[in-house]
Amino acid sequence: MITLADLSVGERARVVEVGGQTGGDALVRALLEMGVLEGSDVRILHEAPISGDPIAIEVRGALIALRRQEARCVRVERLDQEAGR
Amino acid sequence: MSAVRDESISTVALVGLPNCGKTSLFNALTGSRQKVANYPGVTVERKEGWVRLGMSAASDNSGPAVSQLRLLDLPGTYSLDSRTPDEEITREVVLGRHAAEVQPQALIAVVDATNLERNLGLVLELKALGLPIVLALNMMDLAGRRGLELDLSVLERELGVPVIPTVAVKAEGLAPLLARVSERCAKRPPAQCPWQKPTAAEVRERFARVDQILKNCVRRRSKPAALTHAIDRLVLHPVWGAVVLLLALGLMFQAIFSWASIPADAIEAGVAAFGGWMGDRMPEGPLKSLLIDGVIAGVGSVLVFLPQILILFAFIFALEDSGYLARAAFLMDRAMSAVGLHGRAFIPLLSSYACAIPGIMATRTIANPRDRLATILVAPLTTCSARLPVYTLLVGAFVPARKVAGVLGLQGLVLFGLYLAGTIAPLTVAAVLRRTVLKGPKPALLLELPTYKRPSLRGLALGLIERTRLFVRRAGTVILSLSVMIWVLSSYPKPPADAPAGVPAIHYSHAGQIGRAIEPLLRPLGFDWRVGVALVPGFAAREVMVSALGTVYSVEQGTEADTSALGARLAGSWSLATALSLMVWYIFAPQCLSTLAVVRRETNSWRWAAFLMAYMTVLAYGASFVTFQLARAMGWG
Repeated sequence: MITLADLSVGERARVVEVGGQTGGDALVRALLEMGVLEGSDVRILHEAPISGDPIAIEVRGALIALRRQEARCVRVERLDQEAGR
Repeated sequence: MSAVRDESISTVALVGLPNCGKTSLFNALTGSRQKVANYPGVTVERKEGWVRLGMSAASDNSGPAVSQLRLLDLPGTYSLDSRTPDEEITREVVLGRHAAEVQPQALIAVVDATNLERNLGLVLELKALGLPIVLALNMMDLAGRRGLELDLSVLERELGVPVIPTVAVKAEGLAPLLARVSERCAKRPPAQCPWQKPTAAEVRERFARVDQILKNCVRRRSKPAALTHAIDRLVLHPVWGAVVLLLALGLMFQAIFSWASIPADAIEAGVAAFGGWMGDRMPEGPLKSLLIDGVIAGVGSVLVFLPQILILFAFIFALEDSGYLARAAFLMDRAMSAVGLHGRAFIPLLSSYACAIPGIMATRTIANPRDRLATILVAPLTTCSARLPVYTLLVGAFVPARKVAGVLGLQGLVLFGLYLAGTIAPLTVAAVLRRTVLKGPKPALLLELPTYKRPSLRGLALGLIERTRLFVRRAGTVILSLSVMIWVLSSYPKPPADAPAGVPAIHYSHAGQIGRAIEPLLRPLGFDWRVGVALVPGFAAREVMVSALGTVYSVEQGTEADTSALGARLAGSWSLATALSLMVWYIFAPQCLSTLAVVRRETNSWRWAAFLMAYMTVLAYGASFVTFQLARAMGWG
């Protein structure tokens, strides 16, 4: 099982599940409100200097910054570059 | 129903996501007819403005038309399920639950047309409340250029609310928008608003509905923001991004310290000339002394800092408006979280270099209360612009103007050192607080990095005018009255007739008595009673210290106040150890009543304001003590 936190810059993925066993209710709703929803396509665009954390992802037409800690509760499946649109 | 109809002014709230152009639309609609105040209890800005409805906007149907709209610019939010105090205000006002605000009679849902899939969710949530809504489809020009093709009538039908395309920055679409809004205000009274915290499933459903609506009305999707992507490849680059951030901050401080000196010198010369002009035209006596030594010298010494404060605010407004400040928070998150602060704390702390008050106000974007409190408690340690007059005076008087290593000015280096201390101190204290009083789990970071925009000159101008107004009002009220008070305290009572020669008059005054009373406490820091006299009023506002010293020394020597000569006078009577100790005192001392008042208001407790004052005083006393004793041991006493 891979999560958003496991991806590196340039990779595309589709969100499979937000929440699941990890992530509190407030975090899950916050992620959903920001457009990180099941079925959304995401792409990792940037990593912060030095530690590579937080990351910036493109989702539903916006750029969202989040830490890998929070990204861990977003389960994804990798998309190859072709299928990513 | 008639109770509402009787009013010729209807209240309408603008609601939308952060960065949807809501404030630009508000500015375009109201122009200069707006007012910024605070909601009681919390420091969330309440922006209201008025629009008079002309013939073109008046509704042509029957019933009494609304002649004026009162617009509220509510804080941007992703949904009514608030996470920050800011967003909470939006929800409470919209639902008519806010104690200090009437329920709006209609809402303008402002939507960023370039990103409908993200923006329409809030519209659906608002629509469920039953309030009349008009949708302002903003930034239509940009969406069109990015290739968006949209069937407006389908969108209107699917959403069930009127949709008006607008371009706020070009003032396009305002008349039809106002017409629809006033029509809707006149038609329907406010409804009772049912609202419940949505479940995760409901949020998912809402977005699914948005996708369905868009599938029906979008003929061609807009392309991604190519320019933003290109800029971000540089600005968020792991190496170049850090370089750009450093350059941006470097440019900002360069502007504050060098560009500002031209207008500042002009103001200083103007004040001095005005004092001299008044002095030549007034008979000798207490009134002349009051006006020239008290009022003009006191207020003038503070007005000099207006250019610096405006330049700093201009930078911060522009950085925020352009979308860069959120990127800075992203880049700095790791460093900030190392000391237990949120990435978003970078913005309040940066603003605190201008003044801790807007800095503390900017913490309202931080969701977690513990995080927010940590930021509030350390923001006053950041070197604010009110410390600059004190630093400039002392550095100018005590640090020789020579070069180090041939290029760097020693005075500049010392000033840089003071700023460095004012940067390290808040971060260190934050780390300590987060490990002791404010222990808790690390908060989540979820931050939208908005599309870059050219900052609006109009918004910038309105913001700066507002800051100038606040600053000048402060100079004209708090600082004016304190200057007069210091003058009275240091001029009366007059020395007795049989006073021995050589003892200065201020020795006998109230100020002299107070200063001597606290002198034993200050002695270990190297401060004598005159510094004590200046520290007492300086407690109200740091920059008052300079004018207080000016008053004390000029009254003492019986000469007219002249700030430029003050440095020379101090250099003649203080040791280097005393000057260093005072500079260090100013890095830490909580000498700002307004800050304490804002902390009280913001945390809703005197306890935290008292805690702030206590810890800063202890730090200041300790650090000054060590500095003075060390400097004396080095032979600088």
